[in-house]
Amino acid sequence: MKNTLVSRSACGGDFSRPLAQWATKVAPTAVFAILSIALVANAQAETVFVTLEKDNALAVVDPIAGKLIKTVEIGQRPRGIIISPDNKSLYVAVSDDDTIKIIDAETLKETGRLPSGEDPETFALNPAGDRLYVSNEDDSLVTVIDLKHKKVVKQIKVGVEPEGIAASPDKLWVASASETTNMVHWIDAKTHAIVENTLVDPRPRALGFTADSQQLWVTSEMAGTLMILDVKTKQLVKTIKFDVQGITTDKIQPVGVVIDKDRKRGYVALGPANRVAVINAQSLEVEKYLLVGQRVWNLAFSPDQKRLYTTNGTSNDISLIDLETQTVTKSVGVGTYPWGVAVSP
Amino acid sequence: MRSIIWLLQKIFKFLFVVQLLGVSLVYAGAKQTVNIAYLTQEQKAPPPLSNLDAFIKDKGVLGVGLAIADNNTTGQFTGQQFVLKKVIVPLDGNVVDTFNKDIVDQYPYVVVNLPAEALNKIADLPAAKQKLLFDVATVDDALRNEQCRNNVLYLLPNRAMRTDALAQYMMKKRWNKWFLVVGATEEDRLFAAALKRAAKRFGMKIVEEKTWEHTYDARRTAQSDVAVFTQVDDYDVLVVADEQGQFGEYLEYRTWNARPVIGTQGLIATAWHRTHEQWGAVQIQNRFKEQAGRWMEEQDYAAYLAVRAIGEAATRTKSNDMSQLKEYILSDAFALQGYKGNPLSFRSWDGQLRQPVLLAAARSMVAVAPIEGFLHPKTELDTLGYDQPESTCKWSK
Repeated sequence: MKNTLVSRSACGGDFSRPLAQWATKVAPTAVFAILSIALVANAQAETVFVTLEKDNALAVVDPIAGKLIKTVEIGQRPRGIIISPDNKSLYVAVSDDDTIKIIDAETLKETGRLPSGEDPETFALNPAGDRLYVSNEDDSLVTVIDLKHKKVVKQIKVGVEPEGIAASPDKLWVASASETTNMVHWIDAKTHAIVENTLVDPRPRALGFTADSQQLWVTSEMAGTLMILDVKTKQLVKTIKFDVQGITTDKIQPVGVVIDKDRKRGYVALGPANRVAVINAQSLEVEKYLLVGQRVWNLAFSPDQKRLYTTNGTSNDISLIDLETQTVTKSVGVGTYPWGVAVSP
Repeated sequence: MRSIIWLLQKIFKFLFVVQLLGVSLVYAGAKQTVNIAYLTQEQKAPPPLSNLDAFIKDKGVLGVGLAIADNNTTGQFTGQQFVLKKVIVPLDGNVVDTFNKDIVDQYPYVVVNLPAEALNKIADLPAAKQKLLFDVATVDDALRNEQCRNNVLYLLPNRAMRTDALAQYMMKKRWNKWFLVVGATEEDRLFAAALKRAAKRFGMKIVEEKTWEHTYDARRTAQSDVAVFTQVDDYDVLVVADEQGQFGEYLEYRTWNARPVIGTQGLIATAWHRTHEQWGAVQIQNRFKEQAGRWMEEQDYAAYLAVRAIGEAATRTKSNDMSQLKEYILSDAFALQGYKGNPLSFRSWDGQLRQPVLLAAARSMVAVAPIEGFLHPKTELDTLGYDQPESTCKWSK
């Protein structure tokens, strides 16, 4: 069923009508046929989900066709969004409703709510997909939620205004960054105790572990930097100061950060500088800056990591970056204040 | 034998754990203390223009309280403790005496919420030379120029920063012809002077200037008076200088021609406003309101930033030493998060906090200056106020 939905959207409305006519004629084999077509189409297609902070909605985009498929109401002020490892559920922080909603990725219907605490914005999922770590900015807390029982397991006291949060792929760490305290708190994923704190540049925003769990990349909005921390020592390996020609340093406000699974390249959204920085993840040098939409905020890879999607807060669109050619190939208008982005195959 | 080894192992393990605990206890115990004083004097409530906005007695002090709490949250991870002493001088008290008695000995950092004259008096005391004062009340341009003191940092945007922000916006809107209306107080004249400086800087024209005289003639009402008062040659915008709010609110909707009002009323330039919610501002608005039971005012914001600046410098330098912290605060490395997008820092030439200025109407945030398109070789924030070449402040560091 899900595959059908995806393939149809990938091929556009024109395809589905003749297909339906044909299907009624050859009814017995229809189901099998649709499925097999869908599987072929699936190799290409993917669906991009974007939260629209000011529209109180979720945009569903077919990025290959460059089309907004639909927009569904989701609740007050949706921001953070994550897709479950099995691609079946979307978790969406609906900030002004003080909850994280669980949305069926196929039907886009709400299937449950999580006790996220007040004003949830960013959160992280553990690799097993059974624990959610939520930053509660106003209360200086990280809330740990057991997804199976939809229950709060623990609340961890962290610094002032925790924001960026990430769980390491090797299951050992949860890293939380507090924006006003300017620290990364290293939380032991088993005991939920803070083991160490690393001081970072002002207003740290987003965190990303490398796939090998050896490094933690941290963006600082105020200093305009990316800090690369060594997970073993919790110490700074390198600080990269971004510098875009023709743009004053004030405008360079790094937010979202992602690193590819081979640790070849990392990507950082630079906010009102309207650029995504491409970083060589081996030499830790900036390779280039790609011009995208305005106030670029969050980033997500396509499942095959051949494309990168960006949410552009004030130009109300998403940009599609082809990672093989390292060029911006498309932008798709989605709605007011696109915030978070998640991709399903 | 085996059991003895087992026992020894256990004992060793136990000792190891004890040692670990001991280390962390020592760490938690040996806190570095940063002593901060907050000095203000009670104020007489001014005559109210209306009963809408009640007089707020405690502007500033609640900002300090919130920042101390934030600093101490950070401090629990760094082994630093921030201690606040609030000193509120009664209406008929003497601030200099109080400073000498209650603050001199213990507090190297003093957040001062006093008028310009009292601030300068304190700053010039011999005992204040080894202190770092944070002014969270004054907006005087003179204090950032010829009257600047090298032991004072100025948190609120001065008049010139505000009027430059307004002028940038008016230039963008092409409201080039100003009708300037000035109140009768000295502060109003200073604001008007800053407006004239801004008009010159941005090529705006003051086509008419009038002083609003306060009379007690019962036959004259705001309704009739403003209409007559504003019958002047054509202008684009009425720019008002009325810092106490004694008549400015009466101008809007009552002018002879349909013209917007901007300045100290109408569209205003301010360091902070309740309509501000971008760049994480919602978070601090909520946190402040929860503890204060009211909106955050400019002085609260300035006081919050002052104590946060001390906190930020103490965390980074791992020190509580005044000269070390001061050096860090005035260095290029210093960047303070102020919920206004850009990182905030202090101008090395006059100690003024570099910051965006909000342009707000009563219920809507209209723009944030520096307005897009006003460029500067170093930072666009320095398009507001006195830039280095213009400053007449002579800091002997």
